[in-house]
Amino acid sequence: MKKNNNNIFNWQADRSKYPELDKNGKPIVDLASHKYTKIWQGPNHPGVTGNMSLELTLSGDEIVDAKTHVGYLHRGFEKLMERRIYFKGLATSIRMCVPEADSNEYVYSSCVEDLANIEVPEMALWLRTLALEMARLQVLLRTVPGQASTLSLGLGGQWGMYIRDLILDRFEELTGGRVYHMFIIPGGVRGLLPDGFKKRMEENLKEVDEFVEKIEDLIYSNSIFKKRTVGVGVIDPSWVSKYGIVGPNARAAGFKRDVRKDYPYLKYNELDFEVFTATDSDIYTRNQIRKQDLITTVDLIRQILAKMPDKGELRAKTPNVLHWEIEKGETYQRSESSRGEYGMYMVSDGSKYPRRINLRGPSYTHAVSLLEKMLINANIADVHSIMVSLQTCPPEIER
Amino acid sequence: MKSIINDIKTRFEISDIVKQRDNFNFLTCKKEQTVSLITHLKNIEGFSHFVLLTAVDWIEEGKFQLTYILNNPDKKIDIGIRTFIERETATMDSAHHLWEHVATYQRELKEMFGIDFPGSPRVDESFILEGWDDIPPYRRDFDTKKYSEETFFPREGRTTNDPTEYMKKKLYPDEEK
Amino acid sequence: MSDINNNTNNKEDKFLAEENKKRTVIGPDGIEFEIDPLKDYFCDQKPEVRDPKNKVVEKFINWARAESLWVLGFGTGCGSIEIPPLLTPRFDAARFGVQMRATPRQSSVIIISGYLAVKTLKRVIRSYEQMQSPKYVLALGSCTINGGMYYDSYNTINRLDYYMPVDVYVAGCMPRPEALLAGFNKLKERIKAGRAEGANEYAEKFDWYKANQKKIIKDWNMPDYNW
Repeated sequence: MKKNNNNIFNWQADRSKYPELDKNGKPIVDLASHKYTKIWQGPNHPGVTGNMSLELTLSGDEIVDAKTHVGYLHRGFEKLMERRIYFKGLATSIRMCVPEADSNEYVYSSCVEDLANIEVPEMALWLRTLALEMARLQVLLRTVPGQASTLSLGLGGQWGMYIRDLILDRFEELTGGRVYHMFIIPGGVRGLLPDGFKKRMEENLKEVDEFVEKIEDLIYSNSIFKKRTVGVGVIDPSWVSKYGIVGPNARAAGFKRDVRKDYPYLKYNELDFEVFTATDSDIYTRNQIRKQDLITTVDLIRQILAKMPDKGELRAKTPNVLHWEIEKGETYQRSESSRGEYGMYMVSDGSKYPRRINLRGPSYTHAVSLLEKMLINANIADVHSIMVSLQTCPPEIER
Repeated sequence: MKSIINDIKTRFEISDIVKQRDNFNFLTCKKEQTVSLITHLKNIEGFSHFVLLTAVDWIEEGKFQLTYILNNPDKKIDIGIRTFIERETATMDSAHHLWEHVATYQRELKEMFGIDFPGSPRVDESFILEGWDDIPPYRRDFDTKKYSEETFFPREGRTTNDPTEYMKKKLYPDEEK
Repeated sequence: MSDINNNTNNKEDKFLAEENKKRTVIGPDGIEFEIDPLKDYFCDQKPEVRDPKNKVVEKFINWARAESLWVLGFGTGCGSIEIPPLLTPRFDAARFGVQMRATPRQSSVIIISGYLAVKTLKRVIRSYEQMQSPKYVLALGSCTINGGMYYDSYNTINRLDYYMPVDVYVAGCMPRPEALLAGFNKLKERIKAGRAEGANEYAEKFDWYKANQKKIIKDWNMPDYNW
C-alpha cells in the first residue's frame, strides 16, 4: 500500500502470517492459534475522534480485520423529537452533531419550511449563509491542522484551536453562544449583525490567512508528515458510489461533488467559488482538499459580508409556534457540511409533532462500512490518522 | 425526470407520485418489486448514490413505511421510494448487495424498529444499544418518558411545563381554545 | 443486598459474553484446565476506605494533590468539545496544574462531559474504578445533574450521583471553558479542605452504587470491581 521510495520503509509483510479468506472475502481468524491479537481502540482512547471504538484484529502490527462499534453517544434523538413540538425540536436537533451545529439547524429549519411552504426573506438567507460558512470555517480550523496532531505534531492543532476560538468569539457576538447557536430558526434567523461585526470579522480573517500561510511551512513541508500521509489510507475511486462517499473524501478521489454547487441552496448561486478536486485520494490529498476548502470559505465569508444588505426582514410570518400544525407530507433537505452531504428526512402527519425525523450524516457511511474496509492491511500506527482524515463524527452516526 | 418516471411507470406498479421539488419525486412501490426497482434505477438510470434508508411507523394503519432515497449525481436528481410492509411480520427483502452501506442501515432498522432483513450481513448483531430487552425503541408504542422515569432515578424538583399550556395560562388567560 | 455482588454465579446471565463464560481450555503445553474468566483474570478485592493517620501530613499532601490535577482524556459527551480550547494558550488550564492523561492509572480526575448513554456508563465505571485513589469526578452540563434536555430519553442516565460520587457539578449546556476553570478551582478548594472524599464514599456505599449500576446496565460482562 505504501509507495515510499526509501528502502527502510519498503519492507514486505510476511504474507504467510495472513489468515485465509472465506468465500465472502472475510479473513478466518482463529484467536486460539496465538498468531493474532485482538485489541480495542476506544472508547477511552485519546486517539479516537469522539466516542467510538474499533475492534482490531492484528497480525504483527498489520490489521487483518476491523469492526466499528458505535452507540456510546446514543441519546435517541429521533424518538425524542417525535415528542417535541416543531419549535422545541430545533433545540434538540442541533445537538445531533456537536462540532458543526449550524448544519443541523439549517437542515431542520429548511425541512419545516419546506413542509409548511414558508418563504424565507432575503436578509435571512444571507445571514444563514454567513452562519453556515462561519461554522465550516471553525470546523476546518480544527481539523486541517488537527491532521498533524494525529502524527504527534501537536503545535498545528493547538494553534488552529486558538484561531478557531476567534471565530467562536464572532459567533458569540452574533448569536450569544459559542458552540450551540440556535441562530437559524424555522422561518428565518434570530438577529442582525451587531455593529462593527464586519470590521472585527475582517481582522480575524486576516489572522486565518496568515495562519494558512504559516502551516504551509509547519505542516506541509514537514518530511515526517509527508512520509506518514502520502500513499496511506487510499480510497479507490470505484468505492465512491459503492460506499456512499461524499464531500471532501469524494472530491479527493476525483469526483466533483459539492451540494453548494450541485443543488444550490440559500445564496450560494450568487457567490463565486470553485470546487477543487484531486486524484491521489490519500490522507495528504484529503487534507490538501480541506485546506483548499478553508481558503474558499474565507473568501466566501468576505464575499457574503460585501454583498449582503444592511437591513431587511429577518423572519417570515409563521403561525403561532405553540399551535403550529403541519399537514401531512414528507421531505428531504440537504446541505454541505464540512464533511460532505448532510441531510434530513422529515415526515409530518398533520399534528403538532413530527412523525419521523431521520438524519443522514456523512460519518454514517465513512466511519462504519468504509473505515472497516480501509483499515484492512493498514498499519496500526496509521489507524488514527486514517480515521481523522475521514473526519468521522460519532454523534451523527448513532444520534 | 418526467421521462424516467414515465418509463418506470410502465415497468413497475407504482402509485402516489408526489413532486416535492423540480428534481425530487416521491413514489410508492409494491413491497415485492421495491428491490428490483432500486436495482433498475441504479443500473439503468444512473442513480448511483444511495442516500438513506429509513422507516416510519404508521401504527394506526398497522404498517411500516420504508423510504429509500436515491440520488443521481450526474443529472442531479433524487427519487424517494416508499414501500409499505406489515407491522406484524415486519420483514423486507435485503438490498445489501447493491451498496455496501445499505447493510448498516438495515442493521440499525433491525435493532431500532425490529424490521428483519434476512440475509443482510451482521444484521442480528447489536449496533447502537447494548443489552436491550424491551421492545425496539423507535416503535411508536414504546413510551420513552415512562421507561426513563422507571429506570433512571429522576431527580426530584424538576418541573416540566408544556409551553402551550403554560403560556396560555400566563399570557392569555382569557383566550378560549 | 449481599447477593448483588456475585450475580454472575447465582443466575444465568443471558447477556454474558462467550469469552467470559466458564470453560475448559488447553494451554500451550497441552494441559487442559478450567477457567472462570470473571474470577480468575481479575483481582476480586473490594475497595477499602482509606483513613489518613496524620492529619497535618494529610493537609500538606492534599495541597500537593490539588495543585496537580491530571485529567483522564475520555470525552464522554458533547462537553468534550470545550476541553481542547481549555488547553490552548488562551484559557491555559496548565497554569492550574491541569493536564490531560491518556490512561486511568495516571489520572486523578475524570470529567464526565455531559450526558451518559448506558453503553458509555459501563466504560466510565470501568475507567473510574481503575483510577487510583484519591480520585475526583467533575460533572459537566445539566444532563449529569437531572438529565437536562434528555430527561425523557431511554438511553441516557438522569443523575450521575447514583452511579459514582460527584465532587463538583458545572452547570450549563454546554459549560464555557471559563466555567470549567471555575469548576477546577472549586475542586481545588474542596481537595485542600479535605472534603473531596469521593473514593472513600464509593468504598463505603459500594453495595448501593453497584445495585444502581446493575439496575440499568443489563449487559454487565465485567467483574464487580475493576482493578
